[in-house]
Amino acid sequence: MQPGLFHILFISTTLFFLGVYGFFTRRNLITMLMSLELILNSVNLNFIAFNKYLWPGQMEGLFFTVFIIAIAAAEAAVAIAIIINLYRSHRSIDVESAEEMKY
Amino acid sequence: MSNLSLIIWIPLLPLAGFILLGIFGRKYVGKAAGLLATATMLASTLIALYIAYGYFTQYAGNYPKLVPVNYTWLSFANGLSINMGALLDPISAMMIVVVTFISLMVHIYSLGYMKGDERFPTYFAFLQLFTFSMLGLVLASNIFQTYVFWELVGVSSFLLIGYYYDKPSAVAASKKAFIVTRFADLGFLIGILILSYFSGTLDFNTMIGSLTDPNSVQLQSAASHTFLGVSALTWGAVLVFMGGAGKSAMFPLHIWLPDAMEGPTPVSALIHAATMVVAGVFLVARIFPILSISTPVVLEVVGWVGAVSAVIAAIIACTQTDIKRVLAYSTMSQIGFMMFALGVSKYGGESGLGFTASMFHLFTHAMFKALLFLGAGAVIHYIHSNEMKDMGGLRKYLPITHITFLLACLAIAGVPPFAGFFSKEEILLAAYENNPAIYYIALVTSGVTAFYMFRLYFMIFWNKNATVHHEHHHGEGGFAMMLPLLILALGAVGAGFIPFGHFVSSDGLTLESHFDLQFSAAPVALGLAGIFLAMWMYKKENNKPQQFATALSGFYKAAYHKFYIDEIYLFVTKKIIFNLVGRPAAWIDRNVVDGMVNLAGNSTVFVSEKIKKFQSGKVQQYAIWFLVSAVLIAALFIYVWK
Repeated sequence: MQPGLFHILFISTTLFFLGVYGFFTRRNLITMLMSLELILNSVNLNFIAFNKYLWPGQMEGLFFTVFIIAIAAAEAAVAIAIIINLYRSHRSIDVESAEEMKY
Repeated sequence: MSNLSLIIWIPLLPLAGFILLGIFGRKYVGKAAGLLATATMLASTLIALYIAYGYFTQYAGNYPKLVPVNYTWLSFANGLSINMGALLDPISAMMIVVVTFISLMVHIYSLGYMKGDERFPTYFAFLQLFTFSMLGLVLASNIFQTYVFWELVGVSSFLLIGYYYDKPSAVAASKKAFIVTRFADLGFLIGILILSYFSGTLDFNTMIGSLTDPNSVQLQSAASHTFLGVSALTWGAVLVFMGGAGKSAMFPLHIWLPDAMEGPTPVSALIHAATMVVAGVFLVARIFPILSISTPVVLEVVGWVGAVSAVIAAIIACTQTDIKRVLAYSTMSQIGFMMFALGVSKYGGESGLGFTASMFHLFTHAMFKALLFLGAGAVIHYIHSNEMKDMGGLRKYLPITHITFLLACLAIAGVPPFAGFFSKEEILLAAYENNPAIYYIALVTSGVTAFYMFRLYFMIFWNKNATVHHEHHHGEGGFAMMLPLLILALGAVGAGFIPFGHFVSSDGLTLESHFDLQFSAAPVALGLAGIFLAMWMYKKENNKPQQFATALSGFYKAAYHKFYIDEIYLFVTKKIIFNLVGRPAAWIDRNVVDGMVNLAGNSTVFVSEKIKKFQSGKVQQYAIWFLVSAVLIAALFIYVWK
């Protein structure tokens, strides 16, 4: 059986909620960052799928995906920098340890 | 004359000197600053003499108004633009010579007088700025250019009067001069706006042309619009004169002048002889055709303000004991003479004698007043005090100063054949022919002038024997200080013989001045009487002055306290304006204006205190908020708005 749009949307939805679940439940910042990447990739999948099945002659979906990957890379760099700084000052990368950084 | 465009170098050279010394003076130039400034001034003076000589010989007898340089700076509408240019006519040609020459003398004198001063280069930079501003003012082709340089003159006088900025009295004096003249300049600005609004131009020649032609639309509209029952034209002219009165220290805006003595003495000479105070006279002379043809009422005001200032200042001068203050009041008195000479004059021909006389007096006065101040500077330099009580018997110690000072006193007292005699006779003649009341005031004033000048002279150089003199004798001051005295003494003696009417008159045509011996008899006799009275009272130390003072006690005290004009000003400003306007305004500012600002700030603080709990620092809580909101918005889009 040829996989259709539905299958791919199913995978991307699964990935999205896995990411959301991980983001809410994990306390380790690295893991949270990884969950975030899952969310982004599920969106990428959506773009690719819609582009391929609904408007096969066009490229917008592909371009958006490339943009999102680039932004995700930049974002990862920033996030890891923040995490390293947090580790330096708190000796921990637990998200709870950053709680005093409020108002 | 092909080299007329050289004229722009007359103000530009001092400007270059100012920029150079202002920026690099203290670091790189140092002691050479004085010589550098004097050199630019010398070049400027030579160019001014060359231009003036060329102008007066080429157009002998019928002088046109030339505009050799005109650069449009800001253009608003057709015909209405602010230009920077040079207007050459008899009065500006005369003024550039006077200003550059006196400034050159002051520069040379300052080389000696200011030697060893810590801010020597800065001082010369300011002098250059002052000269530049005044030259720009007298050459202005556009009334707004006049205003720009007018304010520059104000600023540079502020800088120079407050030159000794560590002396509180100097700081106060410079502030006072600046504020009083600024107040007057407000009137000047409004006057400019009124005149330019109705004439539709800022250019002097066009403005004078349209506002003096009885058939012009501009003049009719300016005369027909009225405010408080007075025509707009009259208001404009009066307000412009108010600016002139402020700069020229006319009553009742004269209060800054005596305090301005806090500056270095050569600066006083510059302010009093060639720049600043004569600016007002020059301004009135510049718009003289408008005043005399279209608004004779204003000219009447000019005349009376001048006459009142002249007599008040002369009376006050008789009672002051500070040598420079006596000279300051004498300046005010002499400027009053110039003002009322303009006031009694009419436009054109024989009846324009007052105009010529006023300019003539400006010219001769520049010579002898600069000489008086520089002489006073030499005395102060020698004795280290401004008080006449500390002086006396100095003629043996300061021979050159003594002789030159005596010549200047004779000139200002109007003794023939010295310079002041000729110009003062012309003024008196003009007053006699046009306004007898002013003539008698002026006659008495010139007698009083002779008295107080010789009071000053005898108290400095005769009176008591000089016994208690300080030890360190450094003589009269060097060559640099004596040279200007000698040159200016030549001017004070000889300037009167210039046939001034040939050069400067109200309408640009030659005016033949004639002397009437019978007419001269009364003023000269009064002048001599004043001199002998001063000699009788002050030549030897005695108690006659004291007796006079007690006999006239009330009047003497009033005059000694300058008729309490300063006190009246203080009362009006401190008690009335501060209490009725200042304090309520401050209250409104503190409570209403600030209150609204504080209200905005406080309510922001209050609201943010309430909502800041949302910012808990828990990243995942934020994410839940975000997710829930996103889901809610999505639900809204899906189910509510379809």
